[in-house]
This record gives sequence, structure tokens and C-alpha cells, in this order.
Amino acid sequence: MNLEQLTIDAARSAVQERKASAAALAESFYVKIQSDDPKIGAFLTLCKDRAIAKALEMDALAAKGEKLPPLGGVPVAIKDVMVTKGVRTTAGSKILDNYVPPYDCTAVARLEAAGAVVLGKLNCDEFAMGSSNENSAWKPVHNPRDLTRVPGGSSGGSAAAVAADMVVAALGSDTGGSIRQPASFCGVVGLVPTYGRVSRYGLIAFASSLDHIGPLTKTVKDTAIVLRTIAGRDPMDSTSADVPVPDYVAELEKPVLGLKLGVAKEYLGEGLDKEVRSAIEAAIQKLAKQGCEIVEISLPHTKYAIPAYYIVATAEASSNLARFDGVRYGYRAKDARTLSEMYRRSRDQGFGAEVKRRIMLGTYALSAGYYDAYYLKAQKVRTLLTRDFEEAFEKVDAIVAPVSPTAAFKLGEKVDDPLAMYLADIYTVTADLAGIPGISVPCGETREKLPIGLQILGRHFDESTILRVAQASEKAA
Amino acid sequence: MKVTAKDVAYVADLGNLELTEEERTRMVRDLNSILGHIDTLNELDTTNVPPMAQVSDRYGVDQSKQGSERFAYASREDVLEGLRKSLRHDLALENAPDSDGTFFKVPKVIER
Repeated sequence: MNLEQLTIDAARSAVQERKASAAALAESFYVKIQSDDPKIGAFLTLCKDRAIAKALEMDALAAKGEKLPPLGGVPVAIKDVMVTKGVRTTAGSKILDNYVPPYDCTAVARLEAAGAVVLGKLNCDEFAMGSSNENSAWKPVHNPRDLTRVPGGSSGGSAAAVAADMVVAALGSDTGGSIRQPASFCGVVGLVPTYGRVSRYGLIAFASSLDHIGPLTKTVKDTAIVLRTIAGRDPMDSTSADVPVPDYVAELEKPVLGLKLGVAKEYLGEGLDKEVRSAIEAAIQKLAKQGCEIVEISLPHTKYAIPAYYIVATAEASSNLARFDGVRYGYRAKDARTLSEMYRRSRDQGFGAEVKRRIMLGTYALSAGYYDAYYLKAQKVRTLLTRDFEEAFEKVDAIVAPVSPTAAFKLGEKVDDPLAMYLADIYTVTADLAGIPGISVPCGETREKLPIGLQILGRHFDESTILRVAQASEKAA
Repeated sequence: MKVTAKDVAYVADLGNLELTEEERTRMVRDLNSILGHIDTLNELDTTNVPPMAQVSDRYGVDQSKQGSERFAYASREDVLEGLRKSLRHDLALENAPDSDGTFFKVPKVIER
């Protein structure tokens, strides 16, 4: 079977109709990973036994002539920030080098319950902190479209694995753009759901009020299939919302005619690369031709999103990462004589530079004398940013925007300037702060053939509309 | 310069990090650069703006409820064993860097 451009439905049908066995399909993906991944670096751990067991289960169903579940026999992989029972999970960090979780992340369990064959765990920035995947403690990921460039981050391995046809679909996580930006850089589809739409149980926490799990796939329809599978209330995550899950796939059939799409001038201003701008403008024009009404809107607090985000996210991270102390799991420094020395040295030796930087920034923002000036201030600005969206969504059904100010940059280009790296998250952090859903869908290329993504943002729990608009854009591209 | 070497030492202490001399020098530079940008937040008057700690503060929660009542949506019956059985003792210790089979072992806490 040709693995290139293989979609969920095509893979599932092949297994269902016994044109290919799920086990053979998994094997051929492993062969492809073995030959192609050394130059890309998307995988950290393979779990072949687990994959083949699930594949054989699906083959047995198909042999009996039973209807396969929605992802029956479909090869997928998981960003290494989601725990997998019995399969090493590192979060891209040395501090979790030998960690073998005793339980499964809900989103992963739901994918497998729907028949998905999990091939392995995917590279990412350490604890999902980064925009280029260069903060992985293990190895950088190379963009399959141009190996000298970054795949984006932090779900760089997820985006690269899908783009290089090493899996049919992947799960990533998005705290400030970590699904949408790599999807854009690698030319695949990536969706961050509404906060609470998908359970975070088993997602190694970075910033709990901003963390989301979501799909990266080759098509908008595949994203809808994965989202439908992983969404919905989970008693193990008290912030997961008890809101009915629509049939996102069926909802894709509805027309986009008459939808009002907002274009915010703040997202098309200074700092946006010319080629990205013209691709976004062309994509918006194509949506207008399909009967969408384009409405100019304003999101006036956008320029304050990065500073607010980097306080809220790092403050929460400094608290979440306090659990890595070398006592119950993870790396422990060998030479410590006292408990306090053990904590410090384990963390010093186990965490990478960016993680330490964020722990320091977050701890500073929460420390006595600075709490009001930084943390409380940022939380108030978060309210203003959310109000911007609420007001905009009174006038429009969705917002169309760029994902990132530029296409994929070169490996090493921004690695020495953390602020420059942070500033590139300008168009994505806003959705995470407000908790609204967003999707990145490929809409064009630069002259150097680098993919450009169109971002579509929607109302809380209105993934259906952004998926529809994304599909309309995908068909027109 | 907002953040000094002394601040970095203090904050590293709070965060249970040691940091090498080189890391500390770099941290002073990076934190000042980032906080310099973060100071743009002061252009906004937020006197009467409520802080937002959670998305659910604004969505899915009855706005008339106060305090812990606001999180009633997340509550469940308090039952023995809760949602699942506790992790088996041996599994809980399986990832420990050091244990005696019953407890996690750590270096001496109190020096005599």
C-alpha cells in the first residue's frame, strides 16, 4: 500500500476490506520509519509489541466480518508528553529518561479504544516548552520539507511524522501554539480544541490553565475524526467539560455560505512576512468566493498577549515542575549528601536551559513583592484578551489569521535569543489564553516551497465551524 | 537592570535550582531582556479588570456562584476508592530512583 497521503478512512477501509492487514500496515510504517526517520528525528520510542497486538486485534475483527471502529487499524503516534502505560515517556527531558508510566493518558486510551495502532512516541521540546523543537533533550527534529529548517514546536515530532508519512495521524499538545505552529511549518492540519473539550488526564503538565491535547493529520476530515474520538467529559480531569460532542465529520458537510469571517488588522500588521501575508490574503479571498462574508474586526489587546502569556505560562510551569525532585520517579543526582542538595542537583542536571529559564521567570513572577506587578497583572490582561474575542464573536462566526509571522526558520537561527523565539508566538498564544479553539490548515507556499498555514479561530466549543471553514480552504488551496 | 545577580540567586533558591556561574550570568541577561518586554503590560490600566485564572471562570460556570461553588461543575460524590483503585504499591515504587520496597529512600533529612 502507498503510505503517502494515506488518510484515516483509506487505511481503515483497506483493513476492513482485507486488502491489507493492520499488522502488515504497521510493519510497513515501521520500515518507513527505520529508513526515513534517522534524517528527521521525529520518533523517540517505538512500541512495536503494543502496536502489533492492537493491529492483530483489528485484523481478527475484520476477518470475522465485523465493522471496525472509526480508527480501526490506523497507525498513529503520540507526542512524548502524554503518558503511555508500560511505554517510556520522557516529555523530551533528561529528567524523565527512564520513566515508564503506570497508566495511560485518556486521549491515547480513547484512540486505542477506537482501534488506532500506536506506533511510538514523538519528539518534542522539553516539557513542550519551545517553538522550534530545538529544546528537546534528545535530538532536534528536521522539517521534512527542508531538512535545514525547524519543524516548529513544541509538537515538532508530531507534525514532522505526519508530513513525512511516517504515521497517518498524531496527537500533539498546544499551550501557546504548539500544535498549530508546527502544523503550519510542516504543511499539515493541526487543531487546538476549546479548553476542556479534550481531557488532559495523563498529559504531563506544563501550564494547566493553558494546556490542550489535539490532533495533527493530513486532512481536515482526519482531524475531525480524531477530535470526535478524543473529545468529551472525562471524570479523571475535573476541567474537562460536560458538553455534548457533535459529530464533527457530519458537520463538515454543512456549507460555509453566509458565514461571517473576521479579519483582525492586528494580525496582519508589522512583523508579518510579505509572502505569508499574501498567502493569507489569497486564502481569505478564496473563502469569500465560496460565499463567506469577510468582516474587518479589531482585537485591540493583541500586542499584550505575548507578555501576558509568558507570565501566566511560566508561573504555572514553575509550580507544575516542582514535582520533579528525584524522589518518586525520574533522574536523581548521584553525588548529593543532603535532601536539599539532591533536589537541586537532580533538577540542575535533569532540566535543560529553556526549562530552567521558564522556572526562573515563573518563580520570579510569583515571588513576594512581584506577584501583583506580574502574575496578577497578566491575569487581568488575560481577561482583556478574552473580552476582545467575545466582542469579536458577537459580529463574526470565526476569525481568519496567519499562524506564524514567518514560514519555517533555519535550525539554530533563534536558539540564542529566547525573546525573539517567544515573539514569534504572537498569533497563537491568544487562543490558548482565551480557551477558544483554533486550527491551522495549509494554504500555500513560499517561493522556497515552505508551507504556510491559515489559522481559523472559533467560539468556545464551536470546533464544527472552524473545521468547516478549514475544509473549504483546503478544497480551494 | 531590573534583575540582579542577587535576585537570580534568591529565585534559584526558591525554585530549587543551583545553576552554575555561567548559567547565572546568562539568566541575569535573559530575564532582564524578557521582563523588559513584559513591562509593556504597564501601558494598560487594569484597575477595574477582574483577573482570569481559568477559562472555566468565564465559560461553563454559573457567574452568580461564588468561591468554591463556582467549581461545583467539577465535583462528584465522595466515595471510597474514588474513580479508580489506587495505584498498586509495587507499581508506585517501580519508577523510584531508590526504594526499600516499602518506602521511597532519600538522603538523610535531619543531620545529627
